[in-house]
Amino acid sequence: MEEKELLQGENEGISRRDFIKTGLAGAAAVGLAGRPLDALAQKAKEAAPASPPAALEFKPEKDAVLRVLRWSVFVKSDQEFWDKNTKKWEEVTGRKIITEYISWEDVRSKAAMTASVGAGHDIVLGWHDDPHLYPDKLVDVTDLATYLGKKYGGWEPVANKYGISAKTKRWICLPVGAPSMCMNYRISWMKEAGFEKFPDKIPEFIKLCKALKAKGRPTGFTLGKAVGDGNNNWHWWLWSFGGKVVEPDGYTLCLNKKETWDSLDASKEFYETMIPGVAAWLDPHNNKAFLAGEISLTGNGISIYYAAKEKFPDVANDMDHANMPVGPIGKPAELHLFNEAFIFRHCKFQQAAKHYLQFMFEEPQYGPWIDAMRGYVTPSLKDYKKLPVWTADPKHTPFRDTMARMFWNGYAGPIGTASAATMAEYVVVDMFNDVCVGGKTPKAAAAAAQDRAARYYKAPPPKPPKKA
Amino acid sequence: MGRTEITAIHPGKRLGWIGRWSSLLEDRALLGVAFVTPALALLVVFIAYPFILGIWLGFTNTVIGRKGEFIGLANYISLLKDALFWKVTYYTFLYTSVAVFFKLILGFALAIVLNREFLGKGFVRAIVLLPWIIPTVLSAICFWWLYDTTFSGITWILMKIGLISHRIDYLGDPTNARICLIIANVWRGIPFFTIGLLAGLQTINPTLYEAASIDGAGGWHRFRHVTLPLIIPLLAVVTTFSTIWTFADFQLIWVITKGGPANATHLYGTLSFQRAIVGGQFGEGAAISVFILPVLVICVMITYKYLRRED
Repeated sequence: MEEKELLQGENEGISRRDFIKTGLAGAAAVGLAGRPLDALAQKAKEAAPASPPAALEFKPEKDAVLRVLRWSVFVKSDQEFWDKNTKKWEEVTGRKIITEYISWEDVRSKAAMTASVGAGHDIVLGWHDDPHLYPDKLVDVTDLATYLGKKYGGWEPVANKYGISAKTKRWICLPVGAPSMCMNYRISWMKEAGFEKFPDKIPEFIKLCKALKAKGRPTGFTLGKAVGDGNNNWHWWLWSFGGKVVEPDGYTLCLNKKETWDSLDASKEFYETMIPGVAAWLDPHNNKAFLAGEISLTGNGISIYYAAKEKFPDVANDMDHANMPVGPIGKPAELHLFNEAFIFRHCKFQQAAKHYLQFMFEEPQYGPWIDAMRGYVTPSLKDYKKLPVWTADPKHTPFRDTMARMFWNGYAGPIGTASAATMAEYVVVDMFNDVCVGGKTPKAAAAAAQDRAARYYKAPPPKPPKKA
Repeated sequence: MGRTEITAIHPGKRLGWIGRWSSLLEDRALLGVAFVTPALALLVVFIAYPFILGIWLGFTNTVIGRKGEFIGLANYISLLKDALFWKVTYYTFLYTSVAVFFKLILGFALAIVLNREFLGKGFVRAIVLLPWIIPTVLSAICFWWLYDTTFSGITWILMKIGLISHRIDYLGDPTNARICLIIANVWRGIPFFTIGLLAGLQTINPTLYEAASIDGAGGWHRFRHVTLPLIIPLLAVVTTFSTIWTFADFQLIWVITKGGPANATHLYGTLSFQRAIVGGQFGEGAAISVFILPVLVICVMITYKYLRRED
């Protein structure tokens, strides 16, 4: 898919026929009488009479029991509200949900096992490329995605990319949201360093980092094998300079190019402003260092602010967030964790599963859930940007806009096995580590990284010539 | 034997079904098979099947969610051409040899000390076991914090004493990280050597030492000519076991560095997990695990040889 097209379009990959089909189904539907979804549909109709969303009518199977696998909570209130919403659904439908929470990094392997075996969980809330690793094992949710997109202001452009299979052009998952990253900085230390406002361009940003370091306030950006922070930091840096691993065709590698060398050169300056040890930092390290006042600036989710408010109010008062600065490419080029909900085809209760996901994405459930997470997860449906959480505290606001500013994993190629393997191998993070810590030249590091990526990005076999 | 006894107890009577059943159970060969079957079934299902499946996967291009096809040695050839794989091979052998060497020396020394009589011997022996008893993940998390450049307790103490003025970059520097992980592994592994060898030392008949002393042997000679020859079979077994565990280590590395910085501390186990489970390349990950096999086979053969000698 062309980037321009992606950034402009919404509901991409959904044909006119799909809309008509869903619309007809909606017209014929009598709604979910006596259930909250019906009331919601009504509310939505009133709110947007010009283009009412196609109503859906999923009929949960009798005695349905759904097994849901999701990541264990980043913030306590997440589980509280998720479980409350689930219980509400159980009461409304009389069906049952069994939710299993596991560490977010373990969801991929467990979901992969489920996909391989063809048994286990019915619904999974997975990460990044997960649904694109086994698109043929997942239930088509185009009807649901179309309905939700229409009702809630459309999906963010990148959500289309994550939601729609590059192969089938159908929705294979519902983008839940992005636990995203912003700059976390100490206000007073930034002012001490001579900056009144947080820079929004990378050259000024480097000046700020240098000024902070000169004042004895080093920065700290994870350069180790940290699934979230490490990948997010260094993909943002690479993309901001115009570098990328692969072309849109999904196999022409383009890492060993001037843009990448420029980003690597600039990373050396950036790295010199950091506290020692970042090369081995995993995800929690920068949180602790920031809260302890050891670093003045880092890239992280809202979790630092959340912890500071509870235990270190002085830090919370003196800190703020800003969106990642823009580099020579001239537009935001961020990477964030991305979460999707998908239903496996082996699920015996697919109507119930769709009904449940619809219920969880509807405003009365999704809204309070997102609010309760105090901005940890940025929603993928545009209307949810209006939720009170994003303006209740101005320090939350930058997180509202992160999804609109992000590319997808494996940009500019398709999301799939190769992008997953390249990220798991930390090809991009290691490339920066090689230059900043290992002393390699940018050209040598970029060439080595391209060789590593080439192990996964392979040209498709040539098609046999057509017989005349 | 059994059948004769039964016939003797019930002379001239035809056996009922209970009798026939018990007579079957008295059959040595049959009873042997009955006892071995459950253990064998467990071994086949939980050890042999995954093991063979792993080897098979190494010859396929299986990725997550898709069945692979047989591709012969392609995974192995691709790995042999992979610079990272050679880096990992180097560290796996370095990690194993250095860590096992120090565990052996220090563990043996500690065993000899603990074999002597002193006040609170029982308590000290129990304490020595602690690093071995604590789950690896917990001790790995402790080391993770000890090795944290910013918050390390070691750095704090050294700075307070005045021995250093700058923070130590334990895990950010590739060489430091490799050394630090070996130290963590040695700390965890010493008790296994100590307790294993201590048990062996206690079986040595004290009269041998007395006889050696009468013949004029000093401490070193008693150790060299009495202790060492008698303990060598056990030493070989303990060392090979430790080699197997160290070579196939995973948790310590995964918790502390995940193979970083810049892949300096990956072992076969962690690289295999990273590529197979996280990266979805089952075939390639399985092929990496297979590289552990030759070393394990050698270790098993050594153990087998000494265990047979013990018999």
